[in-house]
Amino acid sequence: MKVLFLAHTEEGGGLGKAALEALGAAKGLGFELVVGLYGAEVQAGADAIAGCGAAKFLGVAGADFATARYGSDASACEAIAKAAGADLIVMPATARASRVAAGVALRLGAAVDTRLTGLEAAEGKVVATRWFYRQRMVGRIERDARPWLVTVDSGCFEAPSDMKGAASVEMLSPAVATRTVVTGVKSPAADAQTIRPEAKMLLVAGAGWGKSQAGGMKRLDEASQLILSLIGATKCSLGSSKSLVDQSGEGGALPFLTHMHQVGQTGSTPRHQKGLATCCHGEEPHVVGWRFITERRAINLDASCGWAQGKADVLYVADAFAVVKALVELLK
Amino acid sequence: MKGLQIVVLGSIVPDPLQTLEPIVGPTGPALKNEMMLPAVLDPWAGHALYEAANLAKQVEGKVYLVALGPKAKLQQVMMNVAQKVPFEINVLDGPAGGFTDAAETAKALAGAVEKLPGLDKGKLLIFGGWQSASRGTGAVLQMVGELLGVTDQFQGVDEIKMSDDGSFTVLERIEGGSYQLSSCQGAPAVLGWATGNLPEPPNNPQVGMANMRFIMPALQKAVAAPLKGEGLRFQSVEVPSQRRETRIVKDAPVDDIARELADWIRA
Repeated sequence: MKVLFLAHTEEGGGLGKAALEALGAAKGLGFELVVGLYGAEVQAGADAIAGCGAAKFLGVAGADFATARYGSDASACEAIAKAAGADLIVMPATARASRVAAGVALRLGAAVDTRLTGLEAAEGKVVATRWFYRQRMVGRIERDARPWLVTVDSGCFEAPSDMKGAASVEMLSPAVATRTVVTGVKSPAADAQTIRPEAKMLLVAGAGWGKSQAGGMKRLDEASQLILSLIGATKCSLGSSKSLVDQSGEGGALPFLTHMHQVGQTGSTPRHQKGLATCCHGEEPHVVGWRFITERRAINLDASCGWAQGKADVLYVADAFAVVKALVELLK
Repeated sequence: MKGLQIVVLGSIVPDPLQTLEPIVGPTGPALKNEMMLPAVLDPWAGHALYEAANLAKQVEGKVYLVALGPKAKLQQVMMNVAQKVPFEINVLDGPAGGFTDAAETAKALAGAVEKLPGLDKGKLLIFGGWQSASRGTGAVLQMVGELLGVTDQFQGVDEIKMSDDGSFTVLERIEGGSYQLSSCQGAPAVLGWATGNLPEPPNNPQVGMANMRFIMPALQKAVAAPLKGEGLRFQSVEVPSQRRETRIVKDAPVDDIARELADWIRA
């Protein structure tokens, strides 16, 4: 079996963490390996993994492929995949690769499965693991169809190391037909950044922050200040429940929350090492967003809430306002 | 551009508050009591529908909802969804669960879009959720686009701004809480919506009455779309059994809790 590791390069031509982990997934299968890279520049990325054991390096590079755009990325992936003639194509589940993976599979006549969390070869078969119903249940799947294109989630595979060298890349020149131009990226200012996938800890702000506190008054300004102070002190990433985000969007809660902060049933499923839930009841739709958080702690006033039902390692039954205030002081 | 045809692809999922349990059915994995579980319109498809209706209002366009799901469940869900925004529905009667194959679903949906009366691909925008809350592959829209020859595609969309000349700009979610800004010369295009910017519209009984005039006949005319699931084999599907031994810290001084948390965070 021939396996193609297919990934985009980052600015500067190197490979990102998710791509290196996808290489680990592809290499871990133990079959013949081909590497395919696309982006503005690919040589640096190929050199960084020159010693990965690939039989061949294929590349598509140039200004047309500098940005994440369906038309150009799909053409690049299609050209590389056709040149490689692989049975299995492994891509990272980055936003850029995920935008085109299924479309490319259709062009190749390939089967497709996305966001795999496991990929292994046993007795000549390749078996994939992925989650269904928003991390509610996990399944192991296999397919006879070849080629088979898969994307693998970040944080699930080990990135190989010590692979630097000089790679000889066979360059391809696919035609690009698109009516789309990428005009820029809009990011929050560094000091206002509250979503940090690379952070060690995820802080989840639940709906309780926006509810009336003891005395019958909402303490939204204080809640905002405490949450931002804790983020500032720990450089953690911020997540939230849908209900608090919805309240915030209507001006009823914390002004810095957007739908991008949502974790769980209708949001993201982050993979931080640690997670601290505050004022969140640990109901299933919230907790599915925690499926891949390794160490979990929660602060909640209800000792019998969802977190206490085997979902957290430690549940502190306490007032989150008071605990977070004291915590920030200690971490300053 | 006036008169855009906005086709929203979306189906139903079990209500998120329900407990889901997998079972082995005659054709592979399924959910226990699947037909009894209360269902809702998939949340991301819902956002796509509301954004479509908002855009249609601006461009004097028309919204079609093409839904593949069990007819009886779709009828229940549409009683509520129909009251939100005006649309016409086209129904494919088939499985909507998370264990169906995305490629088969895409082929069925693309075929239904092709058959929409008066379809003009030069005015076509295909909307849908960028993922579903069932299978969650984020694959169907891309494949429908490819099958219809639409190769300007956007995923994780939170905003579209339409210009008078038909061109539009799009905000797509990328990593780290950032957005990618793109401009496109115009329809046709595929937009996989994240949450968008619009709240769920309130129920409007008049809209509901108008919609139901089309929905009931469409449900009666629903075309069967049995998805065979050939080539996809499940070795197992299970609810993860991991249950943690939760240590409950009660009646502890706030300072002690904060100190313990600080040590844990620093470790």
